[in-house]
Amino acid sequence: MDSNLRREIIIDNYQNPVNRKRIDNKDFIHVSTRSDSCIDNIDLYVKINNDIIEDLYFDGEACAITTSATSIMIKKIIGKNIQEVKELMNNYYNMIDEKEYDEEKLGELLAYSEIYLQPNRKKCAMFPFETLKKAIKEYENKM
Amino acid sequence: MNREDFPMLKNNLIYFDSGATSLKPSCVIKEITNYYENYSANSHRGDYDISLKVDKMLDDTRCKVKDFINANSSREIIFTKGTTESMNMIIFGFMKNYLQKDDEVLITKTEHASNVLPWFILEKELGIKVNYIPLIDNKVTIDKVKESITNKTKVISLAWITNTIGDIRPIKEITKLAHDNNILVVIDGAQSVPHIKTDVIDTDIDFLAFSAHKMLGPTGVGILYGKYEYLNQMLPLNYGGGMNSFFESDKTMEFKELPERLEAGTLNLSNILAFSKAIDYLENIGMDKIEKHEKELKKYLINKLKEIDNIEIYNEGTDSGIVLFNIKNIFSEDTSNYLNHYHICVRAGNHCAKMVKDELIIKNTCRISLYLYNTKEEIDKFIEIMKGNKEIFKVIL
Repeated sequence: MDSNLRREIIIDNYQNPVNRKRIDNKDFIHVSTRSDSCIDNIDLYVKINNDIIEDLYFDGEACAITTSATSIMIKKIIGKNIQEVKELMNNYYNMIDEKEYDEEKLGELLAYSEIYLQPNRKKCAMFPFETLKKAIKEYENKM
Repeated sequence: MNREDFPMLKNNLIYFDSGATSLKPSCVIKEITNYYENYSANSHRGDYDISLKVDKMLDDTRCKVKDFINANSSREIIFTKGTTESMNMIIFGFMKNYLQKDDEVLITKTEHASNVLPWFILEKELGIKVNYIPLIDNKVTIDKVKESITNKTKVISLAWITNTIGDIRPIKEITKLAHDNNILVVIDGAQSVPHIKTDVIDTDIDFLAFSAHKMLGPTGVGILYGKYEYLNQMLPLNYGGGMNSFFESDKTMEFKELPERLEAGTLNLSNILAFSKAIDYLENIGMDKIEKHEKELKKYLINKLKEIDNIEIYNEGTDSGIVLFNIKNIFSEDTSNYLNHYHICVRAGNHCAKMVKDELIIKNTCRISLYLYNTKEEIDKFIEIMKGNKEIFKVIL
């Protein structure tokens, strides 16, 4: 993916993210993550049934990388089951950590394929998934 | 001014984050090595020359700190790890025994975490009540302090200068008002002592905490000042070597007088002795001159920033060298990242004062904090880069 396309995907998802809405509904698991750097703050509202991510919204204030990655993550995982989400996450983290990864399965997440060049931004790209992990854990603990 | 004395400035960067930590002049850096190479010994122990030398230098440094803040006695000066430790000693070593259930402590929502969290814990432990002085245009006014005082108020605990908005509080007037009402005054001086003249006798404050590393000194060294009568009642948070006179197997023990009683364990000697050089350095320039320089720079910076149409400034009316701003519709971290591409260091976020969002409306900002080594030329370069901010995503993504 060339740098212009990468930038376009990030900016588009940053300026027009999907499913940005506060949800007040008991069917949704609400998790909040504030980053250690005192900056990004993301709330996720996740509806999981029978191990499937049925719906997912986010709210909060965060940088371009975090916000866009959250939007892309939402698009990628709605409808997937937890196992598939975990596999996607592993694959995505492998890319970020410069390990072997499967390009085919990442789609728009490839926009962060060179984020390793800015090590201080890696955590921004991982932030939505780190937040999602908390929601999955909460779901699994309930089961 | 004096830029040639700061080795970090040779690294081709514009350092605008002195509120986080200041750069250090060569004389401070060299003194750390000097200790390890030439008189590396512990204090209060040795019967040999270099240990006596360390003792003398430690005493001299304590005296220098005393003079720097115009305290009455060097026994009122305690070496700590930094402002945070000093604040915790004041709150858990003194206030925990001084305060009782339902007593009230006044702070503001723009305090740094170290002047908030220890009080929150004490509220849970003792049942005291932590209340907030309402701010007017983000500032503490004497009228609002007056209105906030009740017959249960026992302590007012404030930053002299806040690390976010950078307002300089009228500490002398507040202390006068407090003392008229039998209220003690605790001052977080982390952002003030490095930048303006501090006089604990003139202001009559009861406790003061500050850090060496924000005033050209090394990291890991702080000062706790307290009036002797209060400091003498403070219980140590640490017990051990250096602070006891004797202890026996029958469990009798006796502790030393101030200041040693509150300085258990080996001090951060190399850095404390190097801090002495930082104080010399600041005094040679003069705190008045430093304050004037920062004020001028801030005015210059704000006027230039205002010429750029998509910049929001949040604390124009405050006197210290701190400027809070955002590029409109751009998240602060993206701005700091953009500036980082040009080797300009600014801080983004809420600056460890997480309740500021209640006051400022906006949660996250970029912060420039200026110091004596910053120049108008650096500001010009920064403004040039900021003028190109429409290209921010091309640069950072």
